[in-house]
Amino acid sequence: MSYRITGNTGEWEIVVGLEVHAQVVSEAKLFSGASAEYGGEPNTHVSLVDAGFPGMLPVLNQECVAQAVRTGLGLEAEINLFSRFDRKNYFYADLPTGYQISQFAHPIIGKGKVLVDLADGSTREIGVTRLHLEQDAGKSIHDQDPTRSFIDLNRAGVALMEIVSEPDIRSPEEAGAYLRKLRQILRYIGTCDGNMEEGSMRADVNVSVRKPGETEYRTRCEIKNVNSIRFVMMSIEVEAQRQIEVWEAGGTVDQETRLFDHVRSETRSLRSKEDAHDYRYFPDPDLLPLVIEQCWVDELKAALPELPEAKRARLEQEYGVSRYESSVLCVEQAIADFYETVARGADARLAANWMLGDFFAALNRTGRSIEDSPVSAEGLRELLGLISNSTINGKIAKEVLEDMVETGDSASAIVERKGLRQVTDTGAIESSIREILAANNDKVEEYKSGKDKLFGFFVGQTMKAMKGKGNPALVNETLKKLLSE
Amino acid sequence: MSGIHDFTLASARDALKARKISAVELTNAHIDAIDRLDGQLNSFITRTPDQAREAAKASDAALAKGEGGSLCGIPLGIKDLFCTNGVRTTAASKILGNFVPPYESTVTANLLKDGAVFLGKLNLDEFAMGSANLTSAFGPVENPWKRKDSDAKLVPGGSSGGSAAAVAAGLVLGATGTDTGGSIRQPAAFTGIAGIKPTYGRCSRFGTIAFASSLDQAGPMARNLQDCAILLESMAGFDPRDSTSVDTPVPNYEAALKRGVKGLRVGIPKEYHVDGMPAEIEAFWQQGMTWLRDAGAEIVEVSLPHTKYGLPTYYIAALAEASSNLARYDGVRFGERVSAPSLDGLYEASRAAGFGEEVKRRILIGTHVLSSGYYDAYYLRAQKVRTLIQQDFLKAFENVDVLLTPTAPSGAFAQDEKPTDPVQMYLNDVFTVPASMAGVPALSVPAGLDARGVPLGLQLIGRFFDEETLIAAGHAIEQAAAFHHRPTIHAGVSA
Repeated sequence: MSYRITGNTGEWEIVVGLEVHAQVVSEAKLFSGASAEYGGEPNTHVSLVDAGFPGMLPVLNQECVAQAVRTGLGLEAEINLFSRFDRKNYFYADLPTGYQISQFAHPIIGKGKVLVDLADGSTREIGVTRLHLEQDAGKSIHDQDPTRSFIDLNRAGVALMEIVSEPDIRSPEEAGAYLRKLRQILRYIGTCDGNMEEGSMRADVNVSVRKPGETEYRTRCEIKNVNSIRFVMMSIEVEAQRQIEVWEAGGTVDQETRLFDHVRSETRSLRSKEDAHDYRYFPDPDLLPLVIEQCWVDELKAALPELPEAKRARLEQEYGVSRYESSVLCVEQAIADFYETVARGADARLAANWMLGDFFAALNRTGRSIEDSPVSAEGLRELLGLISNSTINGKIAKEVLEDMVETGDSASAIVERKGLRQVTDTGAIESSIREILAANNDKVEEYKSGKDKLFGFFVGQTMKAMKGKGNPALVNETLKKLLSE
Repeated sequence: MSGIHDFTLASARDALKARKISAVELTNAHIDAIDRLDGQLNSFITRTPDQAREAAKASDAALAKGEGGSLCGIPLGIKDLFCTNGVRTTAASKILGNFVPPYESTVTANLLKDGAVFLGKLNLDEFAMGSANLTSAFGPVENPWKRKDSDAKLVPGGSSGGSAAAVAAGLVLGATGTDTGGSIRQPAAFTGIAGIKPTYGRCSRFGTIAFASSLDQAGPMARNLQDCAILLESMAGFDPRDSTSVDTPVPNYEAALKRGVKGLRVGIPKEYHVDGMPAEIEAFWQQGMTWLRDAGAEIVEVSLPHTKYGLPTYYIAALAEASSNLARYDGVRFGERVSAPSLDGLYEASRAAGFGEEVKRRILIGTHVLSSGYYDAYYLRAQKVRTLIQQDFLKAFENVDVLLTPTAPSGAFAQDEKPTDPVQMYLNDVFTVPASMAGVPALSVPAGLDARGVPLGLQLIGRFFDEETLIAAGHAIEQAAAFHHRPTIHAGVSA
């Protein structure tokens, strides 16, 4: 089902392209040796190069180039062996040199693609136009003093990858799915931590609308610097609605840059095309063209980790998990790794079931991430092993898991300590059942006269009497036998 | 040859090593000369006599132990475009205010490492933009030379006018210059000294205030080519902090002096016979050819067909880069700030007050040629022409080893003869700009006086990283020309 917005004149289709700024994971900045670490006291991660002092020159950080190439490989994109850095000239107080070093005419990465999964189970391919490296600017702080602004240059010069999508996105849901998938790929490869709250991933959203069937694009607006996936989705909806109203009122949409205000749920004009900067791009004469070797690209490719799509396919094949399960298990590499550690040497399907159910619930409850999970993969595997070899049943296992989370003890230690080993002694089971049946003569009669549903009642009562430790299969079997006597 | 002011850099070096003179004596004599003469010449923006004396003492201590680098105890002046740790650096502009860099440029660090003694920071055209040293915020520099029958103040050329005047007047034994389109060679010619613009990438640009990054190149200025060779060997070298510096070994340039020019093929670019060139310059050029031929070289006419596009493309490429390079002087982080109620207001007020006329003119032109709608017609086309100019040289060097031309179309002119049309002023660079555009090395040697008694220089242009052949050919001219004239204002002349 295509996403449509219904206006006064009928249905409208939306056309969206995203420009994602992803901060490169690296020790140092793109062109200086200063730390690229987030946080830090203002102006402590700043070199003279970052501050634009006279005579200072940029020197390209090779690791940032490697990160861009790795990302390009993850996006199945063309890797350009020749690329170039340009200066984008504009004045602002947090841009010390008066220009941002970026790649305008010759980006390092060309066309690629991202496969996104939609809620209805379908998959769509969103084209990537290009990826280029550029410097981040510093931060202007306007709310500390009534008349003065403050500048923090810690972020100035940090490497960003600008990843530009084709205008292939047709719904807010697809935009969200694209961003989640992109973030997943970046995190897998380790080139961006994808942390939108800290600003290490931000998006500029290009939105236009048109009538279904139109082949040309109408004028678009760019919504700048949206910093969460939810806001991206909201801003698209709000902006599309606004544009539809403009068109339907007989007006025309002007190409402009807008801001999204999530509190008022509206977009506002930031500057029109006429006020747009003339950035006077030209090749940065302080830097040589960036020429990389195919063999180096090949080396980086060989060292890439398994990417989400490949991992999903393998998990489904190797462990027999469902498409849905594989998608959840592969959201983060650490989760998939955790799963594989559990699944090797345990019932793999059972492992998937437990991870998606009780284990994630336990993580949520304790507010922990997979990296600092209160239960190790080996611990969970041991617990599942106890189920598989009938030492405990599934219900008891839930109790044991809670205890593991609480105490950090191993599953077998808890089973021993609490005496939870399940009863498989048929004599003990039979005597428990006989007591239950004797105490519930009336129910037995009802059952025998055809009220089959009461079987569950007898199971429950038996398990309760056995403090949950009865082997469920044996309890069922014995109950059936005694009730038919 | 008797007085302390008769030393060349090389002979001073030898005298210091032989302990015939102390570094302190030598330094004091030069500080004294600066005190006596520079009130008139104005070649220094900042003098550092105390630091110089300290450095000289340290040099003497090293020399006494038989230690010390190639420049141990040699008094030098530094063009005030090189950042010097703890010493005010101005680029001859008001906009830098009292900026004191907390770092040392690679070139000056190399000189210090070899034991040089810095006497101070030398005047220049503001941000190295000019050909007469008339655009400095610290006032014009006067050429120590005078015309025969006139007391008119002559310009020393530019932009390294302070360096040229200080060397010529004997205030320093050598100086650093920078050359973007002729800023070492033209003032060297105007003041009767030698200067080398090395191959682009030979000397690091780290810590040198940028004018046009793809053209700027530091080089030595001194009384003769031997002195320049000694200085260049110290200044040059690969620097990982400058991505455009080239990792190729630094040869022994001084040794190249002795190579001679026998069998050397010297090209005469026919396009350099420009319209309106004075007959005496043409004759002077012919004299240069004769000297080299007599020394055993072969003179060959060559063609550099894109020469006439050199100046206009230079003024597009260089000013485009300059407009961007000078954006950092905004009054926000260092230098002079003129406060205003808005950020744009602060920029406008600070830059309006901080930059001089010529710098503003060049920023405007550079901004214009990069503007959307003009970029292709100006900047992009200039880049293409630049490639053609470079190909001209590469093609010529398939047939010849060096090129010989006049350094400038005239000798030094008087301060009040300054052309009123800025474009007329730019013509001073007509012979020097093409080599800069190509990135190839070039030098100027003093080789004679014009009819009015003002020095003239000859330019030699060479292959990439072949400064040695240039030095050898230049030295042959030096020997034949036997240029031993001295300017009117000189440390060795008692008042």
